[in-house]
Amino acid sequence: MSLIEISNVKKQYTSGDDIVEALRGVDISIEAGEFITIMGQSGSGKSTLLSVLGGMNHPTCGTVEMAGVNLYQLPGEKLADFRAQNLGFVFQSFHLIPYLTAIENVMLPLAIVKMSTPAKKSAASQALERVGLGTKLDRLPSQLSGGEQERVAIARAIVNNPHILLADEPTGNLDSRTSQEVMALFRELNDVGQTVVMVTHNPENGAYSDRTITLKDGIVLGQA
Amino acid sequence: MKLHTISINNLKRRKAKMAFLTIGLMVGIATIVTLVTLTRSMSSDIEHKMDEFGANILITPQSNGLAMNYGGISLGGVTFDQREIQEKDLAKIKTINNSKNISAIAPKVLGGIKLGSHDVLLVGVNFDSELRMKQWWKIFGEAPKGENELLLGSDAAKILNVGTGDTLPIKGENFRVAGILDQTGSQDDSLVFASLAKAQRLLGKEGKITLVEVAALCSGCPIGAMVTQIAEMIPDAKVSAIQQVVEGRLKALDQFKRFSYAMAAVVVFIGSLIVFVTMMGSVNERTTEIGVFRAIGFRKIHIMRIILLEAALVSLLAGFLGYAVGMGGARLALPFMAESRSAHLIWDGTVAFGSIGLALTLGLVASLYPALHASKMDPTEALRAL
Repeated sequence: MSLIEISNVKKQYTSGDDIVEALRGVDISIEAGEFITIMGQSGSGKSTLLSVLGGMNHPTCGTVEMAGVNLYQLPGEKLADFRAQNLGFVFQSFHLIPYLTAIENVMLPLAIVKMSTPAKKSAASQALERVGLGTKLDRLPSQLSGGEQERVAIARAIVNNPHILLADEPTGNLDSRTSQEVMALFRELNDVGQTVVMVTHNPENGAYSDRTITLKDGIVLGQA
Repeated sequence: MKLHTISINNLKRRKAKMAFLTIGLMVGIATIVTLVTLTRSMSSDIEHKMDEFGANILITPQSNGLAMNYGGISLGGVTFDQREIQEKDLAKIKTINNSKNISAIAPKVLGGIKLGSHDVLLVGVNFDSELRMKQWWKIFGEAPKGENELLLGSDAAKILNVGTGDTLPIKGENFRVAGILDQTGSQDDSLVFASLAKAQRLLGKEGKITLVEVAALCSGCPIGAMVTQIAEMIPDAKVSAIQQVVEGRLKALDQFKRFSYAMAAVVVFIGSLIVFVTMMGSVNERTTEIGVFRAIGFRKIHIMRIILLEAALVSLLAGFLGYAVGMGGARLALPFMAESRSAHLIWDGTVAFGSIGLALTLGLVASLYPALHASKMDPTEALRAL
C-alpha cells in the first residue's frame, strides 16, 4: 500500500455567488521515500492540493489516506496531533517566528512534545547542522539571509522526523543560486529516505524530484 | 522551548503595545485601589473619631417633662414624675450582650453649690473613666486623685480667681484645686469637678446618679441595639444615642463609597475594553504566526494557552503596579480628603491580593474571546500561502 492515497478529491469554494472548483476529482498515490513535485500554473489547484494533503483543508469529497489513516475522519484535535507527529511544512515565505532565534524556531514543533529541554535543543541543533546552519543557532530571522531563513524553515520541518515533508514554493522568494542550494538540500534529505512533496511553478525544480505531477484546472494533467 | 517561551518572547518583542496594555490596566487597578483605600481610611478615621470624641450613648432619668426653649433661648422646663438613676444599676450596663463594645461608662451627679459669692455647678465624676472618655481635655496641674481634690473649668477658675494648688472651702470642707482645664469651648469650662462619691455627699445624693455617658467602640458596633439593650436593663432611665452628627458623616461617606464603586465599575469596564481591543489587535496581527502554529500541529488549547499566558503576565504586572500606584495616590490624596490630619492609610492585604486578583481576572476574561478567536483560526486562511 502506498504511503499516501488521494482518491477522487474534490474541493469547492464559494466566492460571492460563484462556486469555484479548485480540485475536480484528483487521484494520486505516493510511495514512501519518493520526491514528488506538483507543478501547474497559478490557479491550477496545486496549493489547495497541498493543503488538503497537509490535513488543513477539508475536501468537499474524496479521501486522503496517509500511512493507512483516513485524515479527515480523525476526530477532534487528532488531526492536529497527526500533523505534529507525521508532517513537516516548509512555507513559501518561510514564516519563521520573528521574535524567536533560529534554534527556537526549529524547536517550535517540539514545544508541544513531552521531551526535556536539553533533548529538544540537541534535536534542533542537529537539524540546523543538517541544513548547514550549525553556527547560527542564536540568530534572529532578521539577522539571516533569505536562503538561511529557508534552511531554518526546512530544519523546523524535519526536526520531529516527519514521515512526509510538504513544501509550498520553497524557492519562490529566493534567487536562482540559492534556489539550487535549497533544492539540493531537499534532494539530500530525500536521498536518506525522507518523502518530499513539493509544490512549485519552476520547471527546473522538477529535475531534482523522482516524479512530477502536473495539475491544470483542478485535475491531474499528467505524471512524469 | 515550551509554550511559555513563545508568550514571554512575544511580550518582549511587542514592548510598546504591551506597555500600553499594562498602563491601561494599571490605571484602572490604581484607580480602584485609590478609591477603595481612601474610602476605608476615611471610614476608619470617622469611626476613630467616634471612639475618641467621647460618649455616644446618654442615660438620663426617665421623666415626664416639657421643654421650654425657642430659637436657642431656654426658659427652663416643666419636669415632673422624675425618677433617679441608682448607682447600683450601673453594673447592669456591663451585662448587656454588646458589653464588649463598651469603652467607658462615665456616671455623673450634678448639683448647684455656693462657692463664696458665686453659684457654681458641681459635677461629681469618676475621674478615671471621665479622662478616658474626654481625651481632648488638657489639664494644667494634675488630675485629681484624692477625694478632697477638684478640677476646675477655665471659666470657673477665672471667676473664682483660683489657681492650681489653691484651696477652696465647700460646705465647711477644704478642697485643693489639683488642676484647671484648658479652654474647651464647651459647658465644661464653667464647671467644678469633684470625685463622684464626694459630690454625692456634698449634694445629698448618695447612691444616686444624674446622668451616665457611655462611650461605645464604634467599629462595627450596633449603637441602636446597644441603646435598646441598656434601656431593657435600666427601665427607669431614658437611653438615647447621640450620634446624629457622626451618622451624618457616615451617610456622606456611604454616598462617597457608592460613588467610588460606580467609578470603579466604569474604570473596570474601560480597562476590560482596553485589554480586549489590544489583545484582539495582537491576535489579528499574528494571524500568520497562529497559522504556522496550527499547521505544525498545535492544538486549539495550545494557542489559547499562549494568548492567555501573555494576558496573565501583563495583567499580573499591571496588578502589582496598579496596587503600588493606587496606594501612592491614596497616600497623596488622603490629607485632602480626610477631615483630620491624624487619618492614616490602611494597608490591607485584602486590597493588595484583591487588586492583583482583579487585574488577573480582568485580563483573562477580556482576553478569552481573542484567545478563542485565535484558536479557531483556519490554518489555511491564516497562512494564505498554502
